[in-house]
Amino acid sequence: MALRLKQPSVLPGFGLAMGYSLLYLSLIVLIPLSALFVKTATMTWPRFWSVVTNEANVAAYRLTFITAIIGASINAIFGFIVAWSLVRYEFWGRKILDAIVDLPFALPTAVSGIALTTLYAPTGWIGAYLEKWNVSSLRQSLDAWWLPVFEKVQSLPAGGWLSWPLPSDLTIKAAYTPLGVTIAMTFIGLPFVVRTLQPVVEDLDQGIEEAAASLGANRFQTFRRIIFPRIFPSLLTGFALALARALGEYGSVVFIAGNMPMKTEIASLKIIQRLDEFDYAGATAIAVVMLVASFVLLLLINCLQWFSSRRFREGA
Amino acid sequence: MKYAMKRSVAAGVVVLGIVALALPATAAEILNASYDPTRELYQEFNKRFAAHWKKTNNQDVTIKQSHGGSGKQARSVIDGLEADVVTLALAYDIDVIAEKAKLLPENWQTRLPNNASPYTSTIVFLVRKGNPKHIKDWGDLVKPGVLVITPNPKTSGGARWNYLAAWAYSLKLNGGDEGKAKEFITSLYRNVPVLDSGARGSANTFVQRKLGDVLLAWENEAYLSLKEFGADQFEIVMPSLSILAEPPVSLVDANADKHGTRKVAEAYLQYLYSPEGQEIAAKNFYRPRDPEVAKKYEGQFAKVELVTIDEVFGGWKKAQASHFKDGGVFDQIYKPGAK
Repeated sequence: MALRLKQPSVLPGFGLAMGYSLLYLSLIVLIPLSALFVKTATMTWPRFWSVVTNEANVAAYRLTFITAIIGASINAIFGFIVAWSLVRYEFWGRKILDAIVDLPFALPTAVSGIALTTLYAPTGWIGAYLEKWNVSSLRQSLDAWWLPVFEKVQSLPAGGWLSWPLPSDLTIKAAYTPLGVTIAMTFIGLPFVVRTLQPVVEDLDQGIEEAAASLGANRFQTFRRIIFPRIFPSLLTGFALALARALGEYGSVVFIAGNMPMKTEIASLKIIQRLDEFDYAGATAIAVVMLVASFVLLLLINCLQWFSSRRFREGA
Repeated sequence: MKYAMKRSVAAGVVVLGIVALALPATAAEILNASYDPTRELYQEFNKRFAAHWKKTNNQDVTIKQSHGGSGKQARSVIDGLEADVVTLALAYDIDVIAEKAKLLPENWQTRLPNNASPYTSTIVFLVRKGNPKHIKDWGDLVKPGVLVITPNPKTSGGARWNYLAAWAYSLKLNGGDEGKAKEFITSLYRNVPVLDSGARGSANTFVQRKLGDVLLAWENEAYLSLKEFGADQFEIVMPSLSILAEPPVSLVDANADKHGTRKVAEAYLQYLYSPEGQEIAAKNFYRPRDPEVAKKYEGQFAKVELVTIDEVFGGWKKAQASHFKDGGVFDQIYKPGAK
């Protein structure tokens, strides 16, 4: 047939779909975001710059990005294990476990924030345990294990194996420290990784793994060469989603953070503080910094993902 | 069947019509945007006012309440929450509504008696039973090893009163030396391990998580904690000097006129000053203005020297600008390398 007709598609044509997509994205995403930039534009450059580079704000960006990246990384590793277990194994209570994964989505953030703080505060179940289980007792128990062995082998300086690099009174505090912020950010990000990985793990053809094994690949090789390249793009997607959520999180973090200026203030709290001072432009300036930085970060992740999936398809 | 449905639809339309006609004629509705710790106070007051208004004007009135951080509530009203009256924690927040949104005249504070504050409160210390750290006055809060719980003044109105009370104490002690006051406030905040975003959050940290030796709190909140958790756990300590907190109230003219509720809203605020209103305030641990009611509840409130924002700081606008604005004294406390 010389004349090529438009490809038939289930939903109405390209024009309508595209028009709708543009309208929808504009109303929901682009217009609110451009309002952000318009509001920021009411500031003079020096004022914008002084807000953006304010010491406390810089400390807040740093804390937010570092803890969000750590949280998302933890989720990438443990979320994969959870997804794998849920898909590959049959066990009692699997459906319940599967439903539990979504809880961080379903809970109002303030509720999870207060619950986490209650657990990890020095008086909480976990917090009290961490407080007791400090480095000096850790060292003592390690010393009790290792010293007799090492003393037999060679003479070690007195005081033990771990003694000098660590202060002996260093206790582990979770709530009201960056560690607490990381815990909250890990909590809210978990479902993203699990839910993006589950369908991919389900689609993995176990036959290929068997083939790899029969061709002499060991477990590590099978994982590295067969499984990992297939799940990596989705793992990155999950990582990016968890990261994005953690960067903007407010409710579940403010309670556990302790909000000490320069130490445990997150960027969203700095924005709220500006709003409370009725400094709308200042608030949007901080928001713009976060937005641009997040956009660059997500773009990088997308590029990495595109690159790795292309490489995988080419069979490199 | 069809006929029955038609009839019921018709009946529904008639009922709706009657309701729609009847509502504006007999009932009024006003919205009171207030701050967090006034929940209990206004729950009781609204009921009493509705009864009072029904008796005097033969009209039903429903009062809707909205609570939240004082600054946040002010922002909501600016951004379009159509509150007929605002009852907030500090005058600055109502000033901002007048200034930014022009919903009420700038002289709002002169329209009602007593700086438009029908009741007052102050800042007290809540300590653990037996006062194990012997905290008697502001000076004890800067001692090493004393953990002080107070919210972040950047996000909490109550926290600003705490901060300013400590500042006023130090000024008085050192004959008005601002440098000394700054040192004092810096060492005080060195003893603060957590800055919650609001007063209720700090109360939780102190009461539920058992963190800290002393909670700086609104007097009424401190009494509420005692009532709720028992006097066997906490004690209230009155410092030698504190600040007179004047939570102001005002009509939001533009909104009330739009809703046609000016008359009832004004009466609502005035009723706060009546003996009945004053009594309800006192029962909820707010210090009443009315001398007779004050006398009746004398035993409930410790006598203490109270200074005002106007005397010590020259008003809220100035206090806000020099202490809590970006780069103000509070920010300097946390500068790296600050003493």
